[in-house]
Amino acid sequence: MNREEIILAIKDIIQTIAPDEDLSELKTDVRLRDQIELDSMDFLDIVMELRKRYGVQVPEEDYKELATLDGCVAYLAPHMQGKTLKVGV
Amino acid sequence: MVVVGSGLAGLTGAVVLARAGRKVLLVEQHYNLGGLATWFKRRGGHVFDVSLHGFPAGMKKTCRKYWSKEIADSIVRLDGIRFDNPQFRFDTEFTREDFVAKLQSVFGVEPAAIERFFAELARMDFYSDSGETVGELFERHFPGRNDVHRLLLEPISYANGSHLSDPAIAYGIVFGNFMASGVYTFSGGTDKLVKSMKAELERLGVHIRNRVQVDRILVERGRVRGVEAHGRVIACGAVLSNANLKATVERLVGREHFTSEYAESVAKVRLNNSSCQVYMGLREGESIPFVTDLLFTSTASRFDSLELCEMDTSSRTFSFYYPKTRPGLERYAIVASTNAHWSDWNLLSPAEYESRKALLVERTLESVEHYVPGVRGKIEHVEAATPRTFEFYVQSPEGTSFGTKFEGLKPSMTLHEQVRGLFHAGSVGIIMSGWLGAANYGVIAANKVDAWLHSLVEVEA
Ligand SMILES: Cc1cc2nc3c(=O)[nH]c(=O)nc-3n(C[C@H](O)[C@H](O)[C@H](O)COP(=O)(O)OP(=O)(O)OC[C@H]3O[C@@H](n4cnc5c(N)ncnc54)[C@H](O)[C@@H]3O)c2cc1C
Repeated sequence: MNREEIILAIKDIIQTIAPDEDLSELKTDVRLRDQIELDSMDFLDIVMELRKRYGVQVPEEDYKELATLDGCVAYLAPHMQGKTLKVGV
Repeated sequence: MVVVGSGLAGLTGAVVLARAGRKVLLVEQHYNLGGLATWFKRRGGHVFDVSLHGFPAGMKKTCRKYWSKEIADSIVRLDGIRFDNPQFRFDTEFTREDFVAKLQSVFGVEPAAIERFFAELARMDFYSDSGETVGELFERHFPGRNDVHRLLLEPISYANGSHLSDPAIAYGIVFGNFMASGVYTFSGGTDKLVKSMKAELERLGVHIRNRVQVDRILVERGRVRGVEAHGRVIACGAVLSNANLKATVERLVGREHFTSEYAESVAKVRLNNSSCQVYMGLREGESIPFVTDLLFTSTASRFDSLELCEMDTSSRTFSFYYPKTRPGLERYAIVASTNAHWSDWNLLSPAEYESRKALLVERTLESVEHYVPGVRGKIEHVEAATPRTFEFYVQSPEGTSFGTKFEGLKPSMTLHEQVRGLFHAGSVGIIMSGWLGAANYGVIAANKVDAWLHSLVEVEA
């Protein structure tokens, strides 16, 4: 998966967790928490969905790496290599 | 994998794991699901809810995300919440704004002092434990203002057993969620909630077994192997225990499977207090006018955490259930709850036990008559529950209503480091108790279980 696809993958997961949020204007370098209402339980949901959809395991000590979309790309890129994007599941 | 116990933590853990595609068996010793989130019926068409007095707004989001829209949509806000004690008496919205307003108008506290207090609470998190107690925190911000301390702690004492001597940090974390945006309830009653949850679990393919008491959690070479019930072994790769933390470690697994340091830390964990309740059902056809939904009442001149738990405390909450609780059913009920100590009740002889219960009922009826004149004559069914009752129904040690004190959190969260594949979810540490705390803790633990099961497959592949 390339950068754009990883961002799509994350946004699609966030959309299922926070169906009422408009994600089209999300900035990639600003903390997600500062742009939309996401609490620590929501982050847990993102981690669980990543595991379910892509078999990616994010250990607890790395949760902080997922704070921004850029952070997600940097952290997830090596793990998402060769995986296919699953959206709208 | 197996979930032991169907309290809100067990149920919610099970639903999350089922959604993650795991094969889940849920075993519960009682014939109902729900644990302390329960109800019971009595002749005459009476239905009583045990722990449906109120929960924070966050429960709606949790139910929407992990359960269903239908369940979330039944969560409604209480219309009335009232305090009545010798220090103050008023109705409250139970929102941050209203507490700020009352602190100024009723208690005459300077806005700057209120601001400082809220700002400090907002800064508190799990990693900033200073060792201060709730009482010390209050004394620092509102010195000598026992009335203010009462306002700030009494509702939380009923909700999770907090005392003035508990860590300020636990209070800070709970306060922000709890005394912020109103109190909520489930329209349709606990029975409707639990039945909807059961239907959702079945839809997702979770196997549910009621009346199955797990006697042992089996461990081999530091790893969970299965559970034993009715002399039968059910093998599995992971167990999520919703039984009380101490019961899980000491009764179901056995100390010998833990490092002595861990076992000692669990032995030292203190349990939270238990409860007494008096359930009063009005005769069919009788009604009362709207008083309020939730009434925090006391005749004690000063607030004192210990007084709240005394056997003949005058501090109790009344929950009034009107037909709106179960739309379509034109019935009224009142439930009084007090905090209570196991040690006051467990040693009584059968005769003493009955007479103490009768006294509790009588005092409660006198108190409710004061708020709803003439109600005594309308009450058809009345009965009391004590710490013994809670211990009997959910097998929680000493009938604890709210799990453990703060120190229970760490051993609960690190159980899987002791026995691989074994996880705990359920009321612990004050912050993880109540309907919302238990449900969210179920999700947190389910995530860990799922990660563990995921790692097993990777290793085997
Ligand atoms: C009187 C009272 C009033 C309350 N009021 C409120 C309120 O208004 N709002 C609120 O938010 N909270 C309230 N609470 C607290 C709330 O009900 C609890 O914190 C919450 O329901 C606990 O959920 P849990 O999952 O931790 O465990 P529990 O509800 O204790 O469930 C544990 C389950 O495990 C089962 N189990 C245990 N051992 C075994 C075994 N070996 N094998 C099989 N099954 C087993 C038990 O039978 C039980 O069903 C109240 C509690 C009490 C007692």
